[in-house]
Amino acid sequence: MMSMLSSIAEMFGRTPGKKPDDSAYNEGARTLHESKRGAEGKKERVAAIKAERDLHPSHKWRNRRWASILLVNALFVVSFSWDVQLIEGSLSASRVFGFHMADLNAALQVMLAFKEILINLVIGTATVLLLWWLLGGRTFCSWVCPYHLLSELAEYLHLRLASMKMVRDLPMHRGVRTVLYVIFAGLAFGTGYTVFEAISPVGILSRAMIYGPGLALIWVFVLLAFEVFVSRRAWCRYMCPIGLTYGMVGITSPVHVTYNLEKCLHEGDCRTVCLVPHVLEVTKKGFALREDTDIGADCTRCGMCVDICPTDSLTYDVKGLNKLL
Amino acid sequence: MSDASTHPKKKPVTVRQLRERRRILRSIGAGIGVVGAAMLGFFPVVKHWMDRLRPPGALEENKFLAACIKCGQCVQVCPVEAIHLGDLDEGFGVGVPYIDARKQACDFSCDAVQCVLACPTGALSHDVDVKEQVHMGVARLSRPKACLARQGKGIKGTARGDDFPGLHRYMEVDRWTPIPIKDHPYDLELCDLCERECPIEGAITIQRDNFDLNDLRGTPVVFDKCVGCGMCEMICPVDPPAIVIDIRKRWEDV
Repeated sequence: MMSMLSSIAEMFGRTPGKKPDDSAYNEGARTLHESKRGAEGKKERVAAIKAERDLHPSHKWRNRRWASILLVNALFVVSFSWDVQLIEGSLSASRVFGFHMADLNAALQVMLAFKEILINLVIGTATVLLLWWLLGGRTFCSWVCPYHLLSELAEYLHLRLASMKMVRDLPMHRGVRTVLYVIFAGLAFGTGYTVFEAISPVGILSRAMIYGPGLALIWVFVLLAFEVFVSRRAWCRYMCPIGLTYGMVGITSPVHVTYNLEKCLHEGDCRTVCLVPHVLEVTKKGFALREDTDIGADCTRCGMCVDICPTDSLTYDVKGLNKLL
Repeated sequence: MSDASTHPKKKPVTVRQLRERRRILRSIGAGIGVVGAAMLGFFPVVKHWMDRLRPPGALEENKFLAACIKCGQCVQVCPVEAIHLGDLDEGFGVGVPYIDARKQACDFSCDAVQCVLACPTGALSHDVDVKEQVHMGVARLSRPKACLARQGKGIKGTARGDDFPGLHRYMEVDRWTPIPIKDHPYDLELCDLCERECPIEGAITIQRDNFDLNDLRGTPVVFDKCVGCGMCEMICPVDPPAIVIDIRKRWEDV
């Protein structure tokens, strides 16, 4: 329970805590930590790390994820341009085989600004809420959001430039996102306009793909340029209120990435590829309180850590379905 | 802490503290930048840079901007593709549907206001069931001198030229499918296209200026049945059109 509360606090911007006290470990974790601490344990770990050095990281989940983003967005485009009518609308609201769906953040903006709620919007919101609760909340970000894909490209460029010492990642405080969330909710309620929708890169990109590009793409390019030259993955990491909305949905979701202390060699590759590395604090040596830990609410379930982990310490986990899988 | 109390002198700022301070300032700056960028959307809306003809059933403008979820489902169902979505220069109107009547008006060829049925939020009010209940604006003869009927002129050939892409459903040609206006040439002694193609019964008629049988001249007169769909604005053969829609105007204000 405490770990869930702290994962929520960290999602809202709290900096992860320091290494826990020995007394906080449960019995199994204490034994594992102690065995890793000894000279013997260290030697074993170094040998194991050397042994797996040649292993290439897999791209299994990344490829599946990219396929998912492309497929979902292509379905929107094809439905309109070829008039197939599978998914009508765009990512902000749609009808899938006739069922209403509404983006939770867009729906929230409309409800706050309009202050009247139509039954269709309630149905759409509830459907999407249930869907993303089942699928893991921020799963939306990494498996559907078209901006995420572009942002990954920007991140690649950023890292290339950084390795050439041409740019330097300037980190920011994650609390900005919470502040923006509150500000945009307040603005929608106060002004009666859906202020955030004017700059939502998800809505802009989705509409540009389906209905044709427009000037609004300039804003998306500004964000991407900021991510390439100034701050790595800045929008998704520190700013996007949509991410926070879906993060809240995913707090109690059955789908998550789970961490096994026993297998972990504490190399830290997972934290270097992660969009939200604060959720992987637990993988630092001496941080895990139990043998198995679920990764926190802010995790986008993108699977980059699962792909890169050479020891399978990080794996996908679906509560209640593990026995079936 | 005990250090600080024994040495009341100000400690020098460490590199770490400086870096943290910069990080916070940068975060605040970026946050202000994002909110500021979003707030720019106020200008086009408040200053009315663009007055747009909204699709049938649209709520009062400010309410419409609030209620619209910017999904474009109305765009997708329109059989004549009259509806377009606003761009960045419309501020909070980004992604909000509008109709450019001169290019492609709503001619209600869907019969049952499909865009209203498609709207998931009620921004296009579900109180509207039939086209006669719609209020988009009111047509007005803005350039009476240019009006062909006023001059007693007829029309031969296409209404808007041979490369005009606009569509219209001609009941007498095909009850179910709209066809290009360029494929439907006219041969009329007196131009009465605004009346002839008006989808609302009794909204507009050409009234003869006098009873002289040799003098065909007449004037288009708009009645309170007009819903402002813009069909007359689209079909008007003179350029710029002699008849336009006063956006959002109600019959009571005329």
